[in-house]
Amino acid sequence: MSKFNKKKSGDLPAISTASLPDIVFMLLFFFMVATVMRQNTLMVKNNLPTADQVEKLDKKDLIMYIYAGEPVDRYQGTYGTSAKIQLNDKFADVSEIQDFIYQERASKREEVVPFLTTALKVDGESKMGLISDIKQELRSANALKINYVTKKGDAVENN
Amino acid sequence: MAKRAAPEVNAGSMADIAFLLLIFFLVTTTIETDSGISRKLPPELDENQPPPPVIKERNLFTVIVNSNDELLVEDEVMQLKDLRAAAVAFLDNGAEDCSYCQGAKAENSSTNPTKAIISLVNNRGTSYKRYIAVQNELVAAYNQLRDREAQSKYGESFVSMEKRYNDPRTSERDKERLKPRLEEIRELYPEKLSEAEPKKN
Repeated sequence: MSKFNKKKSGDLPAISTASLPDIVFMLLFFFMVATVMRQNTLMVKNNLPTADQVEKLDKKDLIMYIYAGEPVDRYQGTYGTSAKIQLNDKFADVSEIQDFIYQERASKREEVVPFLTTALKVDGESKMGLISDIKQELRSANALKINYVTKKGDAVENN
Repeated sequence: MAKRAAPEVNAGSMADIAFLLLIFFLVTTTIETDSGISRKLPPELDENQPPPPVIKERNLFTVIVNSNDELLVEDEVMQLKDLRAAAVAFLDNGAEDCSYCQGAKAENSSTNPTKAIISLVNNRGTSYKRYIAVQNELVAAYNQLRDREAQSKYGESFVSMEKRYNDPRTSERDKERLKPRLEEIRELYPEKLSEAEPKKN
């Protein structure tokens, strides 16, 4: 008889936390999938200029990035201190921009190609000569939508 | 001999480990969206293209930036902070049939916002941040005028209308309504910003 009495005695059973890891793992996987890691390691200094009349760049997959600026200290020994262009993960010459654009275009679906934007992430200290060379190349490659990526802030004060 | 059951592995600390990983990912990842000034480059010039139409001198607002980052606006030295006001005054002058302009209607300034052109000339030695600052001020001048018109017509600023239009969360019906309004305002103050190729010296 004591077999049956046992159940009634005692206080509330502890709430099982066995599913807690599952919930946490679910969150973990969500964050791992949803967050985008920086694709390129920067090899140039990239202190962006500030501006306040900015538009947001949504749709990450429709953007091609071109970086430019002085090489970071680590690479200055090999590449010197004059401003350089970085495409993907390596330094590039101005003449390689067109190929880069064509490659990027080829890697995208055909229907989104007209919406591709080139984002220029250029160090504030660079000279316009380099940037106009880049722009000239982009014109030749017929990549006319560009965006000068900036930080938010007052443009007049910080110059 | 009775088989001895293998002792169960304690999974109580599993949650802790998972939390640790979760917090690591939460902290290290940044969901960043870039923002910047959007521009459209002119297409490459065609060889056998008709010559561009003649533009009256008064409809042209020349901004020259030299290699020392100094500004020359309409042949006068100017500080960057005054550029926005000068550009607004030029665009909004409206000397000839412009009902919505509130400018001074000066003789030597633009005739109509739809004809006014801002021409920006850089030097190859101009610094990029100065160039961006100048671009920013000129865009701000256009936005200021467009905001004014949008505010008086629709009670909402142009910038916020544009933002709502580009927001993917805005419903299709709203977008349909916003689109003609945006285009109308854009037509009142079309952004005519021409960039010459930078000078060498």
